[in-house]
Amino acid sequence: MEKKTKQGSLADRIPAKVWVLLSFLAAMLLWWILSIIPATSRAFPNVVKVLASIKTMISRGVLWKDLSSSLISVVSGYVLGFVIALPVAILMAWYKPVRYIIEPWIQFIRNIPPLAYVPLIVIAAGVGRRPQIIVITIACFLIMCVTIYQGVINVDETLIKAARVLGATDKDIFIRVIAPATLPFILTAIRLGASVALTTLIAAESTGANAGLGMRIRSLNNSFESAPMLLYIIIIGILGITIEKLIKTAERRLTSWQEKREI
Amino acid sequence: MAGEARNLKNTNEHVRVRIDNVRKVFNGRNGEMVALNGVSLDIHDNEFICVVGPSGCGKSTLLNIIAGLLEPTEGKVYCDGKEVTGTGTERGVVFQQYALFPWLTVKKNVMFALEMRGVKGKQAEQEAMKYLEMVDLAKFADHYPKELSGGMKQRVAIARAYAAEPSVLLMDEPFGALDAQTRTQLQTELLETWERDKKTCFFITHDVDEAIILAQRVIIMSARPGRIKEIVDIDIPYPRTQETKLTPEFNALKNRIWSQVYQEYLEVRK
Ligand SMILES: Nc1ncnc2c1ncn2[C@@H]1O[C@H](COP(=O)(O)OP(=O)(O)O)[C@@H](O)[C@H]1O
Ligand SMILES: [Mg+2]
Repeated sequence: MEKKTKQGSLADRIPAKVWVLLSFLAAMLLWWILSIIPATSRAFPNVVKVLASIKTMISRGVLWKDLSSSLISVVSGYVLGFVIALPVAILMAWYKPVRYIIEPWIQFIRNIPPLAYVPLIVIAAGVGRRPQIIVITIACFLIMCVTIYQGVINVDETLIKAARVLGATDKDIFIRVIAPATLPFILTAIRLGASVALTTLIAAESTGANAGLGMRIRSLNNSFESAPMLLYIIIIGILGITIEKLIKTAERRLTSWQEKREI
Repeated sequence: MAGEARNLKNTNEHVRVRIDNVRKVFNGRNGEMVALNGVSLDIHDNEFICVVGPSGCGKSTLLNIIAGLLEPTEGKVYCDGKEVTGTGTERGVVFQQYALFPWLTVKKNVMFALEMRGVKGKQAEQEAMKYLEMVDLAKFADHYPKELSGGMKQRVAIARAYAAEPSVLLMDEPFGALDAQTRTQLQTELLETWERDKKTCFFITHDVDEAIILAQRVIIMSARPGRIKEIVDIDIPYPRTQETKLTPEFNALKNRIWSQVYQEYLEVRK
């Protein structure tokens, strides 16, 4: 709970846009301080150097290649993960045997950092694009499956009864009750999946990729080029927040009927 | 039993729902649990029946069996002479938790019932508005359920149940979650509607006042196992209003029914 202090009321009077600007300025200030303290200055070169590295990376001909390579892996793994997660989640929710057999393993694997099993996937699937997509698919599948499953399981039983007494068939109930009732969870799954896809990227690109944001950060590390490294880290951050904002907007539009909003 | 003797005078009327020696056993963690035993009742056409009894005595179980949402362990239920084997649109249900589809507007909720009956498009829309006017909510046609108060939600649920054109309306403590003032308001509206169309109603409540003001017959149930303890005819003529609650007849019936229910309540506590 926020306290109702004088600062609280001041905080309310300042427009949200101004807060965004202030927050940005505070981060820039912190960055600048880090860039002049001797102990941290090598890891955090200043803004000018980082912006200059955009040109360096473009002239080396790798920036667009890295960006598109990463996006292809992320998007393919993510879409595949969703396509598998949706039916598996529904089967788990509807058929107890499926649930009892699969669910413990989903929970088990979900708690293992992807980086740990990457070598096994490389041994099985070789190097190149394929293992990258597989790693992201697995991570996305796990989180989306669990989330969608929760949604289908939590559909209000009374709504299904209400539809049934009004004459709804099983098909009606699936399309007109279970699907819309699960939609908020599916959208949450889509949002969480996107974030997992990006955070798994570094692990995925440790499979001997020849381009990609994560792969490039590792190779820049070998030559101690911290300015372009920081640039790439910021690019990943911007990608993440943009995707999340887009999905959140869609969520708000599509599920405005909900009584309470989830975080 | 006095109730049974009185019950006989109705036997020449058309029987809408016949509950024939119904028994329901649940298999719970603590072994078998007999929720209903030997329950028989005829619900006549155009009749308003209220069921009262301590909580856990099997009222909802009985309603769900009539609705076809639960199967009896023994015994049968007939609706219009046909054995009940599942849900059917001739048996409408109003739930205590409203059970409106939150992703549909008020009008679309009512249209859901019409569309399940095969009414489509513009016509479904027009008919939905007609049912919303019946509950005085036409103005809120395009609102979502979350924007309505509890009383308004239940009126939408009643409109939706009516839109399915059932021949009997089953209501499980429909006003149980509402505040006292809203509850009396909805009672009055329901009375007016029933006095107009005489839709057969099977109405569960834990509120003795509510049972007497609405019903022609009040069924008192006892617990463990759930069974019909007594049937009380309510001979107060319609139209009834909230003022009916001030009459001596009403209070005599209230004392009689309430003491029976209280006895059952004490039994359950033991
Ligand atoms: N699905 C179920 N499984 C096991 N026991 C149940 C189930 N539904 C109801 N019961 C039990 O049956 C008894 C009657 O319940 P119910 O019909 O809901 O009572 P009421 O509506 O009169 O309060 C209760 O003791 C309840 O615990
Ligand atoms: Mg109940």
